[in-house]
Amino acid sequence: MSDTQETNCFFLDDEAIPFTPGQTIIQAALTAGKYIPHLCYHPEFKPHGSCKLCTVRIDSRTIATEDGQTIKIPGRAAASCTTPAQAGQHVESNIPELLDLRRTLIQMLLVEGNHFCPSCEKSGSCLLQGLAYALGVMNPHFPQYFSKREVDASHPDILLDLNRCILCELCIRASAEVDKKHVFSLSGRGHSKHLICNAESGKLGDTNFSATDKAANVCPVGVILHKRHGFETPYGQRRFDQNPINAHAEQYAPVKEQV
Amino acid sequence: MPPVHSDAAETRQSDVIATVLARYRHDPVYLMQILREVQEELDWLSPSTLTAIAAGTRLPRARVEGVAGFYHFFHQRPLGRYRVLWSDNIIEQMAGSGDLMGRMCKKLWLKPGEVSPDQLVSVDTTSCTGMSDQGPAILVNALPVTHMTSERVDQVVALIRQKTPVSEWPADFFKVDDNIRRRDLLLGNQMAPGDALRAMTDPQSVLDAIKASGLRGRGGAGFSTGQKWDFCRNAVGSGENPQHYVVCNADEGEPGTFKDRVLLSSFADLVFEGMTVAAYVVGARKGFVYLRGEYRYLLGPLNAVLEKRRQSQLLGKSIQGRMGFDFDIEIHLGAGAYICGEETALLESLEGKRGVPRKRPPFPVTEGFLGQPTAVNNVETLAAAALIAAKGADWYKAVGTVKSAGTKLLSVSGDCQWPGIYEYPYGVTVAQVLADCGARNTQACQIAGASGLCVAPDEFGRRLAFEDIPTGGSFMVFDNSRDMFAVAHNFAHFFANESCGFCTPCRVGTSLLCNALDKIRDGHGGEYDINDIWRIIRTLRTASHCGLGQTAGNCVADSLQKFRPSFELRLNSRDFEPAFDLDQALSRMRDVTGRDDPGAHFHLDHRKSKQGIGTKLGDPA
Repeated sequence: MSDTQETNCFFLDDEAIPFTPGQTIIQAALTAGKYIPHLCYHPEFKPHGSCKLCTVRIDSRTIATEDGQTIKIPGRAAASCTTPAQAGQHVESNIPELLDLRRTLIQMLLVEGNHFCPSCEKSGSCLLQGLAYALGVMNPHFPQYFSKREVDASHPDILLDLNRCILCELCIRASAEVDKKHVFSLSGRGHSKHLICNAESGKLGDTNFSATDKAANVCPVGVILHKRHGFETPYGQRRFDQNPINAHAEQYAPVKEQV
Repeated sequence: MPPVHSDAAETRQSDVIATVLARYRHDPVYLMQILREVQEELDWLSPSTLTAIAAGTRLPRARVEGVAGFYHFFHQRPLGRYRVLWSDNIIEQMAGSGDLMGRMCKKLWLKPGEVSPDQLVSVDTTSCTGMSDQGPAILVNALPVTHMTSERVDQVVALIRQKTPVSEWPADFFKVDDNIRRRDLLLGNQMAPGDALRAMTDPQSVLDAIKASGLRGRGGAGFSTGQKWDFCRNAVGSGENPQHYVVCNADEGEPGTFKDRVLLSSFADLVFEGMTVAAYVVGARKGFVYLRGEYRYLLGPLNAVLEKRRQSQLLGKSIQGRMGFDFDIEIHLGAGAYICGEETALLESLEGKRGVPRKRPPFPVTEGFLGQPTAVNNVETLAAAALIAAKGADWYKAVGTVKSAGTKLLSVSGDCQWPGIYEYPYGVTVAQVLADCGARNTQACQIAGASGLCVAPDEFGRRLAFEDIPTGGSFMVFDNSRDMFAVAHNFAHFFANESCGFCTPCRVGTSLLCNALDKIRDGHGGEYDINDIWRIIRTLRTASHCGLGQTAGNCVADSLQKFRPSFELRLNSRDFEPAFDLDQALSRMRDVTGRDDPGAHFHLDHRKSKQGIGTKLGDPA
């Protein structure tokens, strides 16, 4: 492959990472095989930065005080999926503060929805669960919301279980950008924000959604499920049972654009 | 009784929708205005109404529903012919709004948020409506009624019961006073409409004057106005029809702020003149005022001022006879969303979308409204810009401090004798403001609103200026009798209600913060919960997408640090108690059975001691 474009470098946890101008920090890192946790980022879509799991610190400084001590001044925090990489910048990702932040964010998502992993068809290939394991989240910590969420079985081929929705908007983006159908959207706001379907009845069965849509196959958790396809791969042999989520970071690298 | 479905009703519905759609040329950019006007006619946005609007604007239906679901003032279920909203600001709560609302609900046989069985009326709360100098205030079908007392509650209830149209209610109910207490450069100006425009020679020299004056944004962030206009002026528009835009941010939603209400009521000409000056500098032909939905009542008067300016050649084609200087202004109404005060969320809303903040960069000056270069300025900033264009930079710069030129309008409310608008040169001390407004025994001041800074008496010597305490203008006073925990609790709920929900930390964090404070309020909190609160605040500050989330924990952090006893007296001695409240869980069954005897309560030690309930015969003392 002939890459005539000049490559620059930035530093991720003190390791040099090459990038092409226009790439965001996470895109360059994943391409270089360095994993940064994420949920709403997807290699095939334009990042939008809502889950904040990929938060990094940029350009922290260490200064020496008069009495010979050193003090670290934390750099600005930013979502690495939407922040363009810049030559020479120092990015911290794998540091205790940010690992703790990410655990807190995962716990927030766990109490916001109703996540019962043992009975979930997605268990073992769920990004939320996989990330929770990788980060060492042992419990949801915060009091559960016990929020009332719908299950919509109106579609002949697809089941929607909104109990597990983490509002990453991937299905919305896929349906609008790839399928050109606009089947999904968001309504409400704040803690009452929720996924809606493009029909007066609100039912997925009354939309032109199809099981072959991109949007039907992009959900990182167990919301959009294909009917009649349950537990085909046994627990223990699933995606993240084979390899933890942070192994093989290149699999999340952005899909090369065709020029 | 459900709404009667008849052919006549359906015909009316489709007529209304068709008329409104035609008025806005079926343009999806005007979705907010279309939804608002349709709702004003039909009382609510039914599923079939949304379908028709989606068809008429060629938008996906789910998008239309998503927008309708985002804003407080759009409702997708009928809320009655009279929709009463109580402003839920802490200042108005201190003035007794809670009891008054309770009285109203009781008289109407209603619970907050419910609609009466005859579909006549509903009563609920909403975030600060910008009337805290004359509260408690309510909005009835989007019109403000101020100075609520128990007599006025009874009168309003009677009018609703008699089904008197709101347009026939006594006029003094709707009287909104300016309450200007101190005038300086801005409020004391003697300018006539057009003075600033007549003084302008060419765009570059106007820009130079604005830069030289040191004018900085009055919304709170304090970015240099001259620099913003310069960036916008130099940015190149995109697409087939490149344009520049000027937007006036009149979405003042910060609790306790009402200065823009006064400027738009009594100084609208000056604000529009400022927009015209901005348009002259950046080369815009179109401007928008984003007026918060709470100020719907100002729409008519503002449009009248615009019309007058058009007739006087101060707006429109070839303004004042200058060839090529074409500019006009449109007013766009919001629909109840504090987040739309954030400039990129405002632009999303202006484009007819959900008010979710954009990623920055790009900044609005290069990619703003419809992707074109846009200068978004606060109401007060634009008024000041008009003054500078007319009277010059030196005149303006002579007032204030070195780093903060000019004056600042403060909206003073709370425990003081004379709440209202005070205009001060920058650099005034907190103590001076407190003395002037007649505040006594002051315990704390909340400056710059719920997201701002809570100052205790030992800091009253600090100055209001960009170099010390920057402020958008809200100044709330709390005396010794007030409970600072209640203040923090109120603000925390405000943020949870107003979070747009885009990012995880803010959407979940603001709610968790409320839950933690509720738990402490209810007497179940311990040291464990305080630690949790700090953890939530850290997460909000570090990871939130925009300023709302980043500052949402400030009020709780400040009061924890400065007014710790107000938390501590509520803490349980135990280290941890679960948030799940067994006694509370029984409350629905108590409602259903109509019981409230000791046997209908779960036995809990602290309830026994605190409220004398929950004890059963034979319990050990």
